[in-house]
Amino acid sequence: MNIIVCIKQVPDAKDVRLDPETNTLAREGVQSIMNPYDQHALEEAVSLREQLGGKVTVLTMGPPQAEEILKQAISCGADKGVLVSDRAFAGADTWATSYTLAKAVEKIGDFDLILCGKQAIDGDTAQVGPGLAIRLDIPFVTCIQNIREASESELVMERMMDDGYDVVAVSCPVLLTVVKDLNTPRVPSLKGKMKAKKAEFTVLSAEDIGADAACIGLAGSPTQVVDVFPPKPRGGRAILNGSMEEQIEQLVEKLAVYL
Amino acid sequence: MDYFLSEEQHMIVEIAQQLTDERIIPNRAELDEKDEFPREILKSMAQADLFGVPIPEEYGGFGGGCLDIVLALEQLGRGCIGIGTAFAASALGVYPIIIAGSEELKKKYLPPVAEGKYFAAFGLTEANAGSDASGIQTTAVLDGDEWVLNGTKQWITNGGEAEIYTVIAITDKSKGARGASIFVVEAGDPGFTCGPKEKKMGIRASSTTELIFKDCRIPQDRLVGRKGTGFITVMKTLDSSRPGIAALGLGIGQACVDEAAAYAKQRVQFGKPIISFQAIQHILADMAIQLEASRALVYAAAKHIDAHPKDMSKVSSMCKVMATDMAMKVSVDAVQVMGGYGYMREYPVEKMMRDAKILQIYEGTNQVQRNVIGQELNKEYSRK
Repeated sequence: MNIIVCIKQVPDAKDVRLDPETNTLAREGVQSIMNPYDQHALEEAVSLREQLGGKVTVLTMGPPQAEEILKQAISCGADKGVLVSDRAFAGADTWATSYTLAKAVEKIGDFDLILCGKQAIDGDTAQVGPGLAIRLDIPFVTCIQNIREASESELVMERMMDDGYDVVAVSCPVLLTVVKDLNTPRVPSLKGKMKAKKAEFTVLSAEDIGADAACIGLAGSPTQVVDVFPPKPRGGRAILNGSMEEQIEQLVEKLAVYL
Repeated sequence: MDYFLSEEQHMIVEIAQQLTDERIIPNRAELDEKDEFPREILKSMAQADLFGVPIPEEYGGFGGGCLDIVLALEQLGRGCIGIGTAFAASALGVYPIIIAGSEELKKKYLPPVAEGKYFAAFGLTEANAGSDASGIQTTAVLDGDEWVLNGTKQWITNGGEAEIYTVIAITDKSKGARGASIFVVEAGDPGFTCGPKEKKMGIRASSTTELIFKDCRIPQDRLVGRKGTGFITVMKTLDSSRPGIAALGLGIGQACVDEAAAYAKQRVQFGKPIISFQAIQHILADMAIQLEASRALVYAAAKHIDAHPKDMSKVSSMCKVMATDMAMKVSVDAVQVMGGYGYMREYPVEKMMRDAKILQIYEGTNQVQRNVIGQELNKEYSRK
């Protein structure tokens, strides 16, 4: 089974701060990690390959330093990494991103399954996975919590719902987005780390994938970020003490301010 | 401190660190409480190739040396030396095969151990043969083309869990130390059983049992090395493995410094964090000094052993004594810094203190190590 796993480099959520001046994400000094949901997608791909054979290709779109997560993916068992990188992709929203990834997937070709994390922890949109499937005109199933049976032609799996789960059978090729209940991602292996050290990655530009300039980057993005701001802090709390009469008196005093 | 490790050594540290932080630390208290063998965690260590570190490359491993295994064990020891002991004992179980085994034995047993499919154990100790290994009473007699083993081994780590056991037995009583030989026994060999799991003070995630041989018959080719060379191989095995035990001590020492310092920073008494009191600072400083000095000696000893010198016993014993005495002392100090909280099971240092004690006892008590060092000094100064 040939599997493509879409992964994204994101700021480590444990580390995120807002710049108090600009109200935007302070990226300096913030560690970048592989989106946690994507780590589960990668683990599933590697264990499916261990059962069924084939190869696992990881695909990411981002700046040159996104190679770091491709290396991490190789150390965790991926066979090959592809980086889609071009200044022209900058500012892409989920619409332009899914277009760009679809062009890259067409360029890679030959796949039975595409796995994505449910969403990235930076944007939290959960749109790119399904968007990519639509662009490729293949079926997709979201929020997979367990794959019960897998072959190169069909998958039977559990889709997480608010209350329980659905059992879904779907024929390949198909795109799945996965949740964290699916598996426990492995720790990189020594062989994997040595392989990752030497790994070289295919880098695809806008031209390489034959992208239409009007469909990529800021130009191809209908979403425009007008403002980024932290939510207003909630009002303070006060706990009143004393007898019931005293507490009522205090409460009336506090409410009187608003009269 | 920077010890100028190689890129591969940094990789080993990173992997062992991640396994320790993500798999061992969150589960150690429960495994300890339930006396439970950490099968799942060992599986993830195998998946990360750690079992292959001490195995030569031609048998599917990484051909790592003493320092490589020390680095891995130091990290694992930071999490739980019960789990570290299970891992170390498997390596100890295959060292005799690596050191003295025939090509056939190496081909048969080393690759599955490197992959983590087989787990190994080392059977030396008996009821009357602890520090004095010459008191071994287990015998092996050649009968036709099979060896027949009889006797009981005691306190064997990974007993009942391992697939292969390297066992020391007497093949010629009249020859004393030259009459011992090593054999590979497989779980399931006829006449071989393991006793019930011992109940221990610490390292409770590891399994410790008797190995019982009652007319246990094994093929002739399971003899490791030449007949009668068992003790020499055992001594070489322990010389290379002792720094690993020292490394578990480093792990405990580091964990104790981390826990005690972090606690002292947030514990407020008399209106100040207790780390601002000199009485506490001095305890922490002494812990840190002893830890770093031990680490420097253990790493240096491991590097020395990796050069395969003739005189490895002395440094091997020195680093074992220093790092494990340090682990005991520093873990007692960590409990003291944390006071009543340190004594409670909700905090990890009480387990570290219980665990640390075994390091001064197993793989040769620290008194026996001092004997070795003393005898070496005696020899050296007789020559001068």
